[in-house]
Amino acid sequence: MALKLADYKTDVHNDWCPGCGDFGIVNAIQMALADMGIQRDKAVMFSGIGCSGKTSHFINTYGIHTLHGRVLTFAQGAKITNPELTVVAIGGDGDGLGIGAGHFVAAGRRNVDMTYIIFDNGVYGLTKGQASPTLKLGEQTKSLPSPNTNYNVNPIGLAVASGFTFVARGYSYDIKHLKDLIVQAVNHKGLSFLDVLQPCPTYNDINTRDWYAGVDLMDEAQKRHSRIYKLEETGFDPVVHYADEVEINEKLSQSLIKSLEWGNKIPIGVFYKNDTISPYITRLQDKIPNYMENPPSKQNISKNGHSNTDISKILDSLEV
Amino acid sequence: MSAVDFTWLIGGPQGSGVESGANIFSRVCAEMGYQVFGKREFYSNIKGDHSYFTLRIADHKIHSNVNDVTLMVSFDAETIFRHFEEVISGGGIIYDSDLEKTKTDDVHTLDSPFKERLHKELESKNKPFTIAGVLEIAKEKGVTLFPVSFKSILATLAEETENPRLRGLVRMFNVIGVSLSLGLVKMPPDSLQKTIGAIFAKKQTIAELNQQTATYSYNYATAKFENFGHLLIGTKKETGTLLVQGHQGTALGKMACGCRFQPYYPITPASDESVFLESNEILEIIDDRPGSTAVIQTEDEICAMGMAIGGSLTGTRSATCTSGPGFALMTEMIGWAGINEVPIVITNYQRSGPSTGLPTRHGQDDLLFSVYAGHGDFPKIVYASGDIEESFYDTGNCFNYADIFQVPVIHLMDKFLASSVITCKRFDTQRIPINRGKLLETVDDGYRRFEFTDDGVSPRSRLGIDNGIFWSTGDESDETGHITEDPVLRVKMMDKRMSRLDLILKNIPEEEQVLSFGTADHTIISWGSAKGPILDAIDMLKKEGISIGFIQVKLLHPFPTDYVKSLLKDTKTIIDIEANHSAQFGKLFNQNIQRDIDYFILKYSGRAMTSTEIYDSLKKIIENKADKREVLMHGA
Repeated sequence: MALKLADYKTDVHNDWCPGCGDFGIVNAIQMALADMGIQRDKAVMFSGIGCSGKTSHFINTYGIHTLHGRVLTFAQGAKITNPELTVVAIGGDGDGLGIGAGHFVAAGRRNVDMTYIIFDNGVYGLTKGQASPTLKLGEQTKSLPSPNTNYNVNPIGLAVASGFTFVARGYSYDIKHLKDLIVQAVNHKGLSFLDVLQPCPTYNDINTRDWYAGVDLMDEAQKRHSRIYKLEETGFDPVVHYADEVEINEKLSQSLIKSLEWGNKIPIGVFYKNDTISPYITRLQDKIPNYMENPPSKQNISKNGHSNTDISKILDSLEV
Repeated sequence: MSAVDFTWLIGGPQGSGVESGANIFSRVCAEMGYQVFGKREFYSNIKGDHSYFTLRIADHKIHSNVNDVTLMVSFDAETIFRHFEEVISGGGIIYDSDLEKTKTDDVHTLDSPFKERLHKELESKNKPFTIAGVLEIAKEKGVTLFPVSFKSILATLAEETENPRLRGLVRMFNVIGVSLSLGLVKMPPDSLQKTIGAIFAKKQTIAELNQQTATYSYNYATAKFENFGHLLIGTKKETGTLLVQGHQGTALGKMACGCRFQPYYPITPASDESVFLESNEILEIIDDRPGSTAVIQTEDEICAMGMAIGGSLTGTRSATCTSGPGFALMTEMIGWAGINEVPIVITNYQRSGPSTGLPTRHGQDDLLFSVYAGHGDFPKIVYASGDIEESFYDTGNCFNYADIFQVPVIHLMDKFLASSVITCKRFDTQRIPINRGKLLETVDDGYRRFEFTDDGVSPRSRLGIDNGIFWSTGDESDETGHITEDPVLRVKMMDKRMSRLDLILKNIPEEEQVLSFGTADHTIISWGSAKGPILDAIDMLKKEGISIGFIQVKLLHPFPTDYVKSLLKDTKTIIDIEANHSAQFGKLFNQNIQRDIDYFILKYSGRAMTSTEIYDSLKKIIENKADKREVLMHGA
């Protein structure tokens, strides 16, 4: 039976602030799951802590609401032990790029076949609006006592540098585009990263929905100039077409340059896609030939209530 | 003929082959039917600092080291400076005669506190601060000296075999030392050749080189050394004897009991276990296709624990292995596993804390920290093994407990166990039952992961099975796993989880909770690796007609209060023995049993206890001469 969009929604009350950008993201995830027809009980949403962390409760698949900064660790453990699962990890920018930055970098190096979506709003919402790692130096959102004293992290650049093999940015108020990005990210064989710009209407009074829409940039003819533009509409080619150092370096460099664009022109879309790097499970399979058909979660570990593992050869080598 | 009880000590700079020398010696002895108990001591250093191995060899079951060294072999000066006093009258020292003039100040790795103590002693005995000086003291005590120039052995050997390469091959010093020792004690030489052949089975030329060196050195000792009062000529060998190292008990236990996922972060002395698991990652399965263990080196211990929980959520038996500092990083995750009722095993090879402490030294330092690891109240199990053989079977039990009670299990091991090598009975995998508790294979409609049940344990789904959808959260949750802050539900959920502690005490068999070696007027209470030296000390006292009881508590949390209380009802004097400063087990005992402990025998120098020093303290207690708190100090 084909699944409908409604099948991916739970009846859990959603307590995000009215007008929160998170609503668009959760809708886009549900739409993407429905689009791909992924069985609900073959998918797991892992989430971190903060407003975005509640997302796993709103999606009707397996949902694991983990710890602050640690979502990738749980998610990788599940995917490695059961490679059949569709795994999506979700968290805020503070969660993934502040407390969880070490895991972010290490996950890139592993390239486990799953998707990581960061809800990027520049503030710590649930603790009342402190500066997050993506807020620019010197900016002062409304609940900060003084301007931000830290330089911002560049999520796209960090992902590319860390080894993520699919790196894209979406915008929470362009749901259809975001949904398409999520579909591409989930279908990518390797670790995909989606940085989703998401206005926080309560605490971020700088990067608001109107700001992204370029209301302040209106010209004399009252014509809007949205700050956001789509990379794919500019002929930008993010794909590494063949496994060659020059080709890879070129695609890496152009994505990094693009990731630095901010201010009046903010690119969304796919920055980088490299299918020439092996996913982590393939690396395990190189050592353990039957890993895919007999991964840890599928292994039978007992016979008649006793161990069925034969360690006699190792014991022989220790016997005197 | 009197019983064989012989201790051999080999020392040298780290990286000079002390460990492989000890490996050859212990294998030869085990092959020849002896019981072996060995322990390695080393600095937190890769190359150059002092390391040594103490091997006790006996023709009866032994569980520990003793203070007395029967024969010491050394190819550097530092070993002699640090250990000459341990060699007993009637014992011997084989040493490199080229070192006799070496002064204490020539050995830059001798740290000043030690040097000061040594100088004071040499001064008082009017001896020079040289190797010759300390050896004079040994000789006066009745130790036989066996000087031999290691360099000239190599030179002669190079000439005789027409192999000039041998001349400067100082990494042969260890084999020379081992072979001189074995020649001196008249160990049948075939076993030495066989063992070297087996150890270097994959490197034929190296094996031959070592065998040549061994033969020459062995013959050198039999021809040139005067007779020695201690012989190791072999004894009756028990069939099915293993020679195992500390980390192999838990590693083999994990393989056997179906642990198939072990993420870990490198830390001494825990990493050896993970490396061993990965070296044997493909597993033979009876009547089935090969299995495997995914061993993943993570970026930190937090990730190791998070991954292991993720693995457990898919139904995989998952674990991690760490030591104190890494365990400290895992505690937030342990709470998450606790509130979400995730079975998980954390093998903690404790070492001396606090902080980095003595990174390569022993300490039973993490008991109270383990009991209280994690913020908030949640059920967990803390379980400790007393020796390597136990640790194999205990590992299987720990995974069963985790699955049955759906709790994190902290399996306490330590550095003493990790760097010990022992002979023991071949492990029997058929003694490892596998019980996965309420883990579901299929799920019916309307499933709720945290459903209230009569015994407080809910049927457990796993990620990816049909109809098995559930939610987990570190927040308080309802039966489906969604967040709740309802006060009534909160109390119900808390009571449900915490009721697990009573269930654990009710369902784990008493013999798995506590090992009782009998009780008496004086009874020792202890836990973990203190077991070995305690058993041997009790044995020594028994020979003098003194009977002392011993209770080894294995289940440390929840504490088996009633059972321990009943075991101790006729005991008048309680003696707590453990390797930490604050008597952590004593505190736990006192808190649960509400009974005062009469004596504490504690050690926190970073070195493992010997049976000799426990014997000495027990003797003082029996004779009413002991302090309430006896602090042990043996070991360099």
